[in-house]
Amino acid sequence: MNLKPLTSRLPPATRESLWAYVLVSPWVIGFFIWTAGPMLASFFLSFTEYNVVSPLVWLGTANYRGIFTVDPLFWQSLKVTFTYAIMSLPAGLVVGLAVALLLNLNVPGLSIWRAIYYLPSVIAGVAVAVLWQYVLNPRFGVLNWALSLVGIKGPGWLADPNWALSSLAIMSLWGAGGGMILYLAALQSVPTALYDAAKIDGANAWHRLRHVTLPMISPVIFFNLVMGTIGTFQYFTNAFVMTQGGPVNATLFYNLYLYNNAFRYFRMGYASALAWILFVIILFFTLLIFRSSSVWVYYEGQLRRRR
Amino acid sequence: MAAAVDAERVARQQRLEHTRRDVLSRTVVLVILSLGAIAMLFPLVWMVSSSLKPLAQINLFPPKWIPTEQVKVEVKGKVYPLYKVELDGETRQLLMVNKVQRTGVFADPSDISQTIEVDVRQAEPVEQVRFRWENYVEAMTTVPFYRYAVNTMFVIFGSMAGMLISTVLVAYGFSRFRAPGLDILFLILLSTTMLPNQVRLIPTYILFSKLGWIDTLRPLIIPSFFAGAYDVFLLRQYFMTIPLEMDDAAKIDGCGVMGILFRILLPLAKPAIATLAIFHFMWAYNDFYDPLIYLQRQRNFTIALGLQSFNAFRSARPDLLMAASLVTVLPCILLFFFAQRIFIQGIVVTGVKG
Repeated sequence: MNLKPLTSRLPPATRESLWAYVLVSPWVIGFFIWTAGPMLASFFLSFTEYNVVSPLVWLGTANYRGIFTVDPLFWQSLKVTFTYAIMSLPAGLVVGLAVALLLNLNVPGLSIWRAIYYLPSVIAGVAVAVLWQYVLNPRFGVLNWALSLVGIKGPGWLADPNWALSSLAIMSLWGAGGGMILYLAALQSVPTALYDAAKIDGANAWHRLRHVTLPMISPVIFFNLVMGTIGTFQYFTNAFVMTQGGPVNATLFYNLYLYNNAFRYFRMGYASALAWILFVIILFFTLLIFRSSSVWVYYEGQLRRRR
Repeated sequence: MAAAVDAERVARQQRLEHTRRDVLSRTVVLVILSLGAIAMLFPLVWMVSSSLKPLAQINLFPPKWIPTEQVKVEVKGKVYPLYKVELDGETRQLLMVNKVQRTGVFADPSDISQTIEVDVRQAEPVEQVRFRWENYVEAMTTVPFYRYAVNTMFVIFGSMAGMLISTVLVAYGFSRFRAPGLDILFLILLSTTMLPNQVRLIPTYILFSKLGWIDTLRPLIIPSFFAGAYDVFLLRQYFMTIPLEMDDAAKIDGCGVMGILFRILLPLAKPAIATLAIFHFMWAYNDFYDPLIYLQRQRNFTIALGLQSFNAFRSARPDLLMAASLVTVLPCILLFFFAQRIFIQGIVVTGVKG
């Protein structure tokens, strides 16, 4: 190998640069093959009609116009996705945070509790969807059995268009342990001196939660909300396995609708347009949440500036 | 004097009051946590129980938690079911040797030649606890589960190798070198972490179909060799915490560029690598979307896809389905218990929820 003598004649800075480019090249090449290229291609495809087999037909903006004006399922899928986000994200936040707060009270056996609450988040994917199909069974499911113990006659859950989406939101609480771990770690990093100071100032438990704990862990809450919002737009497996979008499109999530167009009807152009609309929506919400964060997220470094 | 004693008594009472309130609030906390924990474990317990039941006991309301089976007794080479029968005010355990419409012909196990005819509604089967472990065998053999498992392992470890090799190299490049444009490249990398997968999904699919890779495992493995942005970011952050003086010392000792990576950085970054590997395992194991769109024939399915097709086409056998589901989630649960610390730290560092 003559590479070494050749490169060793180069000045050190150039040699360093060369090494850098060689080392990062897997990602750079990947970026062009799997990100930049496909993004441009899907943008182009979104103005066409293409089913992989027949030749491509240029449509101009017809896909977008169709989506916004004549496609009721597009609006339905947006409604489903947002409704689900509005139901599941705050509920998950409250449950995850509540468990974390309880566990932060120096309870005995912390690691055991933490493991139990986190365990359901470990098992993800199809198996969970399959399991919950049966848990939510209106006639024999254990959820309705548990409700019947306290005298409540449970609804039809997934079979009932009015309840199907709520069922999935309730099911999502089973995975609240993931958020719980994050919140717990954040809570444990809040300096105890702050609580002591608040106590001396006469703050009760609620005040300490409201004015010390929540501001101190707000960056984590914020992060989790951003990821949760984006995650809702990727929601797929449960809807696909459990409901296929039904009954009467009550659980037609955006990502499921996109999948149906791309891989069930092979409308690749239309699905690409849906993907780009999704991209814009996610971009919008990410920016919105980031912009609004200064109002309610407290970062420690800001303390001085605010005063 | 009396005042001092009084004050002490009051203080002691207050302290007592305090501990009493403490004990009370602790109990309340523990009760709430226990109720929550029961709710969390409930579906799993039902899953385990159902996987060990005979089919007829699954759709019962209220649910039967412990599977049972009617006791059967063998007499002279023939097997008869055992019943509790109410006879003249006393309950006897009898075998049913024959049944004519609503009338059962019962006999005592010690002597079945002497029979008694009783209305079957007066007889109640004698049940004993029995777990149907054979459900697992049946679930694993009615679908080519072994095949699914081999495919899944192939995908997981193939893509994991690609992910680790490429991520280590790229993270090293971004953390230890200076070059024109490198900062801009890193910014681009960061911005791609926010990108929804859907905008690149369809052309990628078309590319794979033009390459003839549909219904092969390649689309699930090959892209991993090009370093995912999020993994690179995490490992780079970890590399940044390793002091540069370590590199310099190694350089003086004659280490080259690769020597520094393999002898200094990688040994020190073991926890970060383990986190990446474990989260990759979980992700690849549970991934459903990619196998769904790329794999077609059953022999190429991964476990996740196999389970979904089992669910879709064998919904009449929830007992087997639960057994298969339980086998499916078992690796994740085991991994979680053996690597709990890495998990918990990993979630905290990455912010990725399971």
